[in-house]
Amino acid sequence: MFNDIAQYFRTETLPHIWCPGCGIGTITGAIVRAIKTLQLDQNKVIFVSGIGCSSRMPGYLDFNTIHTTHGRALPFATGIKAARPELDVFVIMGDGDSTAIGGNHLIHASRRNIDLTAIVINNSIYGMTGGQTSPLTPHDKRGTTSPFGNLERPFQVLEVAKAAGATYGARASAFHNQLLTKLVIDAYNNPGFSLVEAVSQCPVSYGRRNKFKTPADMLLWQKEHAYKAGQQAASEEDFQIGEIFKRQAPEYTQEYEKLRQKLREGKG
Amino acid sequence: MNKARLMQGNEAVAEAALAAGVLFYAGYPITPSTEIAEKMAERLPLIGGTFIQMEDEIASMAAIIGASLTGVKTLTATSGPGFSLKQENLGYAIMTEVPCVVVNVQRGGPSTGLPTSPAQADVMQARWGTHGDHPIIALTPSSVQECYELTVKAFNMAEEFRIPVILLMDEVIGHLREKVVLPQELTIVDRKKTDLPPGEYRPYENNETMIPAMANFGEGYRYHVTGLTHTEKGLPTGNPEVTKKFMQRLTQKLNPYLDRIQLVEELHLDDAELIVVAYGCTARSALEAVRLARSIGLKVGLFRPITIWPFPQEKLETYAGRKFLVVEMNSGQLVGEIERIFGYKAVERLNRIDGELITPKEILDRIREVK
Repeated sequence: MFNDIAQYFRTETLPHIWCPGCGIGTITGAIVRAIKTLQLDQNKVIFVSGIGCSSRMPGYLDFNTIHTTHGRALPFATGIKAARPELDVFVIMGDGDSTAIGGNHLIHASRRNIDLTAIVINNSIYGMTGGQTSPLTPHDKRGTTSPFGNLERPFQVLEVAKAAGATYGARASAFHNQLLTKLVIDAYNNPGFSLVEAVSQCPVSYGRRNKFKTPADMLLWQKEHAYKAGQQAASEEDFQIGEIFKRQAPEYTQEYEKLRQKLREGKG
Repeated sequence: MNKARLMQGNEAVAEAALAAGVLFYAGYPITPSTEIAEKMAERLPLIGGTFIQMEDEIASMAAIIGASLTGVKTLTATSGPGFSLKQENLGYAIMTEVPCVVVNVQRGGPSTGLPTSPAQADVMQARWGTHGDHPIIALTPSSVQECYELTVKAFNMAEEFRIPVILLMDEVIGHLREKVVLPQELTIVDRKKTDLPPGEYRPYENNETMIPAMANFGEGYRYHVTGLTHTEKGLPTGNPEVTKKFMQRLTQKLNPYLDRIQLVEELHLDDAELIVVAYGCTARSALEAVRLARSIGLKVGLFRPITIWPFPQEKLETYAGRKFLVVEMNSGQLVGEIERIFGYKAVERLNRIDGELITPKEILDRIREVK
């Protein structure tokens, strides 16, 4: 299972820190398989992450990797991409990381339509700090800071990115990890800001408090609640998988290069 | 022949940054530093560089660190409230040893304070604004000429010592227009690149220089950068021995270079019984006050720390036994360093915190009072 992608890992850093049953490992495999399929030059691939369980991923991977501050992966990535557009920049974020403390950066990376491939690993909870409610924790579900059920309502991160100007949005899950590989490939191929939501399971900090007896139950939940374009959601918990939106718009670094070109030709 | 120009302080910072080789600027509008961003927006695309206006101060700091890791020299500029926001990623740049220059054109605070008035109230924020034990370099120009020269030095120090350097200006110096003579030849320092092959390179090597060589992202080295305490390879660790060695190097890495980092100006100190200590815009008034004092026969001198962090303690210690008057546009920040060295009985203060400049006459009056 692992040998096909071992060349993309810093194997001396394994085993990883994730709990048994966590979905991040499966998702890591799916993302790395996308890079393998794309046959990207490891020396030109950058992995940027914020803070949280999912943000530990780049440390295990054999690329140029940077584990930044909480919520700030996108502006670090923006600096890298704007300075060196020829680099392939992947951004790994968690749900709290990208939608709470980093929510503003998500809006503006989308608005700029800068060519980053961003992946939000959504496990509905702050896992690393022990299970606090995040902006993507469903209504009524329990976390350590919503011991009586979450009073607040989550938002759809892909809808936010779409409204703000992102040009590609897609969703898969740890269960649908082969689909995830395909979507990450499509996201990479989109010349603009692409966001892939990877629904994941956190058995320890979320599942235990929300009536999931085993990690397998959570994977089955992902299987049963996913639907495809053209199908109908049967309940509020259902989520659409596959490509959610795709459109064309000017990309930031290309526009900036056009500006440089124009100025060089004295047309400023 | 040297080229003389009339320039504003903020403009001189931008020009000097370009001369030093800056290729990337990320910023957010804030008075009284905005002219730096405006100048960079105009100039950087012309030379193949990049200007980007970010969504906030935090993002600006993040962007210049990311860009710097790809090998370009990077700059951001702000003022007190924005400097507070930058502290998070300023700490990240210190921890990960990424060169960059951060300009803070100080204004009155706390909070929104006096946006268009000068102050020197971020002295301690420049030193200890970000959490944790850490080294920092902060330079304080007193003239437009010095804005130019110190900006170049700030880039050189950032590159040589793998550290963010703060150019701690104030509203007066930022907006002052005066003559600048552009140096014909500049000393430009670039970061030391590793000469080891990728397999052997250690981005946080504990070598005898205390400053590890760098490798740019995208050039085949594929190393890890993290704000977590890390090994010499850059990977996270919680090992106390490794942590101790890393923190010792990090916190002491400037020590071998203090003599070059700690810039000071000294005037009439040989026979001075009273030494006025002042920096930034305040040093201009202090200089005039010392001149006036001398003209009436008072033995007064001026010690101007140009580098305020790391504080030039050894250079000032030469004057043990004298009396000191520390003049600052805050309620007493750098004075603590001088009191720490000589004891509070040897040190007098003059402070002003109403957004108005301290005048030479005020300083002269105070000199007469304490003499």
